[in-house]
Amino acid sequence: MAPGPVEAALRARRDAGGKSLVVYVTGGLGDDWTDTLRAVADAGADAVEVGIPFSDPVMDGPTIQAANDRALASGATPAGILDGLRGLDAGAPLAVMTYYNIAFRMGLERFAASLADAGVSGCILPDLPLEETGPWAEAADAAGVETILLAAPTGEDDRLRRVCERSRGFVYGVGLLGVTGVRDELAASASVIAARLKQVTDLPVLVGVGVGTPAQAVEASAAGDGVVVGSAVVQRMVDGAGPAGVAELVAGFRAALDVG
Amino acid sequence: MGLADPTPDGRFGQFGGRYVPETLVPACEGLEAAFREAWADPAFRTDLDDLLRDYAGRPSPLTECANLSEELGCRLLLKREDLNHTGSHKINNVLGQALLAQRMGKTRLVAETGAGQHGVATATAAALLDMECCVYMGEVDIHRQELNVFRMRLLGAEVRSALSGSRTLKDAVNEAMRDWVATVEGSHYCLGSVMGPHPYPWMVRTFHEVLGREAREQSEALLGAPPDVVTACVGGGSNAIGIFSGFVDADTELVGVEPAGGAAVGRGVPGVVHGMESYLMQDEFGQVLEAESISAGLDYPGVGPEHSYLAASGRARYEAVTDAEVVEAFQLLSRTEGIIPALEPAHALAWVSRARGELAGRSVLLNLSGRGDKDVAQMMEVLRPAEGGGEA
Repeated sequence: MAPGPVEAALRARRDAGGKSLVVYVTGGLGDDWTDTLRAVADAGADAVEVGIPFSDPVMDGPTIQAANDRALASGATPAGILDGLRGLDAGAPLAVMTYYNIAFRMGLERFAASLADAGVSGCILPDLPLEETGPWAEAADAAGVETILLAAPTGEDDRLRRVCERSRGFVYGVGLLGVTGVRDELAASASVIAARLKQVTDLPVLVGVGVGTPAQAVEASAAGDGVVVGSAVVQRMVDGAGPAGVAELVAGFRAALDVG
Repeated sequence: MGLADPTPDGRFGQFGGRYVPETLVPACEGLEAAFREAWADPAFRTDLDDLLRDYAGRPSPLTECANLSEELGCRLLLKREDLNHTGSHKINNVLGQALLAQRMGKTRLVAETGAGQHGVATATAAALLDMECCVYMGEVDIHRQELNVFRMRLLGAEVRSALSGSRTLKDAVNEAMRDWVATVEGSHYCLGSVMGPHPYPWMVRTFHEVLGREAREQSEALLGAPPDVVTACVGGGSNAIGIFSGFVDADTELVGVEPAGGAAVGRGVPGVVHGMESYLMQDEFGQVLEAESISAGLDYPGVGPEHSYLAASGRARYEAVTDAEVVEAFQLLSRTEGIIPALEPAHALAWVSRARGELAGRSVLLNLSGRGDKDVAQMMEVLRPAEGGGEA
């Protein structure tokens, strides 16, 4: 199977000797969230994750929880967010990040088709571990949607290998034991999981969860192919920085990764 | 024969499973293996039986309610889980899990609690076995169950407030899971009901089967046969599954009673949250709805997957009662039998009272899952206006 848009973009960055930057934006957060998304891509994100808010996000820390709650309170719905993405020339491939019940409720095939229809290339469901992925991955494959799986520090090597085999787009290495959120220092486990994943896959390996500053991004991407940055960006959105303010933050990550 | 075991991937029919972040999968697998191994080990079973007898006070008695039976027109029996140490059935599961956690080398217990009964039981086991204990409780519940919060702290546990979402049991579960994601290497998540990812629904049920076995023996000794009807309240559904387990192979009708504001089986559709597929109160987009019940212990929009299976297969049926009916039942049992029930089992009694026509002349066994001490302060507030102001 030919690589999808997310994988192709990250491989291109790697082939050119660079490190990838994937940025998470909460869908439906503020009226200008699609402008923010475009600005993030323009500022150098190789792909953008769009969060579809869920009422019970167990992998997320306080920042993304609060952003979720705010978006939901202002009426954000999965269909509304996908409508916002449809026809949007984002300038980078898009992946949706949400929780399994959102897909399950809509129906797996219908959800996969609606992602494809909205121009979304990939999907991340952090509460769907390898053993439960089958039905969703089948629906996603059929619709041409890349199912990006998480790989955790607690997994044995054999498990990491199996996760990588089933993952599409890239493999999302969980940088620490914990939920999303900015920490003062990068956990030692971030580099360890990147190195372990690199040993078992040729897919791009990105590390996320607990990567909150450009310096942490540089450190976390040394052993792998790049990083996912979420809470730091969402905090900037929540603070009301607007598309330009968020883009400035993302440009800082891009510049740091390019210098290395 | 009791209830059937789940499939190897943790399913009861279509329900159940293990929907957790990758980080927790090895911990769930390890817990399942440790539980299977411990349960097959006579030494573990002896340790647990000894604790249940000498510490928790098992077996709990069966009480025939002469006064209330006459009033309702049925033969009403109560399984007295309210008389266990810590005041509810929760201790059965907690002692099992705490012993298992210790056997696995874990030094810290994490738990969620609604009314505080599971939190108190967990804090108690942690004190007994010299383990660290952290209990998450919704901010709303912390206020309505002050007494249990004090108890937990007295027992040496840390009580943390869950400030997200509806600030009740569902959010306490989220916070406990987030804690476990971060502390999985040294902590055991001591889940308080027959819910969550595999192996919890099955393991917690297994630890509560003791009450079903006792109730089967006790009721047959009294009646000469199993009762016609067995009923229990259902939030997550642990006390109900415990008592159902003793009668699932008998010609006994099984009735679970949910709060009208948290009727996952009655009003829900299949969904996935907190690690399991089960009936779930949710909106058309899959956002989980906030349950609303007078009883903090049943204030939960989901239900254990085995209840969804028992409902779908028709082996058990599920009824819903209103807060007002529960308040009536709470007073009814207090007045007629001198037993102040917890608000949770008062739900089951509320159904018996409403269904007295249907139940006339039949034997009904109700699992009195907890005592009402924790609810007295709240009920004082609830009943005050009805009594014309009452005492300040």
